[in-house]
Amino acid sequence: MGNFSSFADFLQMGTHGLYVWLSYGIALVIFIYNIVSAYWLKRQFFINAKRRLRREQGTV
Amino acid sequence: MKFFLAALKRDLLLVFRHRNDIINPLAFFLMVAVLFPLGVSPNPVFLAEVAPGVIWVAALLACLLSVDGIFRTDYDDGSLEQMLVSSESLLLLVLAKVLSHWLISGFCLAIISPLVAMMFFLPEQGYTALILSLLLGTPTLSLMGAIGAGLTVGLRKGGVLISLLVLPLYIPVLIFGAGTVHAGAMGLPIQGYLALLGAILVLSLMLAPFAIAAALKISVRS
Amino acid sequence: MKIKMPRWFYQLASPRWFYEFTGALLPWFSAAAILLLVIGTVWGLVFAPADYQQGNSFRIIYIHVPSSILAQSCYMMMAVAGAVGLVWKMKIAHVVAGACAPIGASIAIMSLATGAIWGKPTWGAWWVWDARLTAMLVLLFLYIGVIALNSAFENKASADKATAILSLVGLVNIPIIKYSVEWWNTLHQPATFTVTEKPAMPPEMWVPLLVMALGFYCFFAVVLMSRARTEVLEREKRSDWVKRVIQSY
Repeated sequence: MGNFSSFADFLQMGTHGLYVWLSYGIALVIFIYNIVSAYWLKRQFFINAKRRLRREQGTV
Repeated sequence: MKFFLAALKRDLLLVFRHRNDIINPLAFFLMVAVLFPLGVSPNPVFLAEVAPGVIWVAALLACLLSVDGIFRTDYDDGSLEQMLVSSESLLLLVLAKVLSHWLISGFCLAIISPLVAMMFFLPEQGYTALILSLLLGTPTLSLMGAIGAGLTVGLRKGGVLISLLVLPLYIPVLIFGAGTVHAGAMGLPIQGYLALLGAILVLSLMLAPFAIAAALKISVRS
Repeated sequence: MKIKMPRWFYQLASPRWFYEFTGALLPWFSAAAILLLVIGTVWGLVFAPADYQQGNSFRIIYIHVPSSILAQSCYMMMAVAGAVGLVWKMKIAHVVAGACAPIGASIAIMSLATGAIWGKPTWGAWWVWDARLTAMLVLLFLYIGVIALNSAFENKASADKATAILSLVGLVNIPIIKYSVEWWNTLHQPATFTVTEKPAMPPEMWVPLLVMALGFYCFFAVVLMSRARTEVLEREKRSDWVKRVIQSY
């Protein structure tokens, strides 16, 4: 497997496992945050817009 | 030019009527500087070491504190709107306002800075560097601060917001200003540092008035 | 100050055209982002050789450098979009600029966090006043200022223009800030070795880095477009085409 002799070796990253995995973990969290927040904004918009549209059609 | 002088005179007159406006930044400057020996250590060696940075940070905060009000009264009583619609050059008006702000903040700070330097045991050869760096650096602080003030003058919660906008922009001036004083205190030549501060001042003199004028237009129209 | 621009430029200004165009682009960019990021991560983590000095902690470069580049170009894009919005009074440009700010801030945080973590095995401390890290911190402050100013206005048109001016002022200041911070850094800590500046990086190290950087850009494009699309709908919610979009959702 690439540069590593075993999977355990890969997880340990020499002695730097903590730093490497912490960095990649933070990157992953920020990526997920970006995706989720963009999705959330869109969902929120459509929920509100549908409600408003229904209300408007109800009054007409 | 005539218009510029008239605007400047008006602002300075207003300031002299409320004398607190001059004293407040100075008192603030002194108090912030006094907090450091109280909070850290009154050891002369230590104080001489941190003096350039502390004096510059205190001066910067005093400028920031006072720049918030640079357009406030004119905005509140509606005279800013009048000035914007009048045919006189907005850029000149903005420059006059910034200059009057600098005269009551940066200029006065530079004059009383030797007092604080003495309390901080700054070596005497650093005094010229301190005064010159403040004279060259604080006009930039007033110009940059006026951009922030122009952008936030129409908002109710100006105070904290303007610090968020302006403080990052103050960093180069702080670095070069404190660097000048460091070099001066060690007896090194300071021309290079002053040239850098001067270059930043020229650049902001050329660009900032346009940004301030545009910012004021947005704030008044909204 | 009106300059004649090509036709696509004015088409881009139409909210509806923008919505449909980005809708067509979005799947392609999403696929490219996933592909590039997965390939780059596996390549960087597993197959790229370890650095002879720093060992495996070097693998942090594959997220630290792309995020640093992206955070800076995102600010530039925000300021340029703001300028386009100011000069040509183009609302779409302001929408794009507004969508840039939160993404850029989060990417700047990523760059700072990974830089700090990388500093621990390299320099022995979680935070080092390294010139690049400090400049990135200032960039994050600039983003925070832009976001704070944008949310302080109630009127959207004023918020757009005010943020555009602030981000332009920031853009002019960024080179000065970088220069001053670098100068300050050499003054206070002479000759620390910088992690990101390797004289000659072999291709098996920099090719995955390039793949990751492209992946970051594609990811940015995806999030930017989806945020901007929502904002376009929000601003145009009274128009008929948006009502049709809402009904068909």
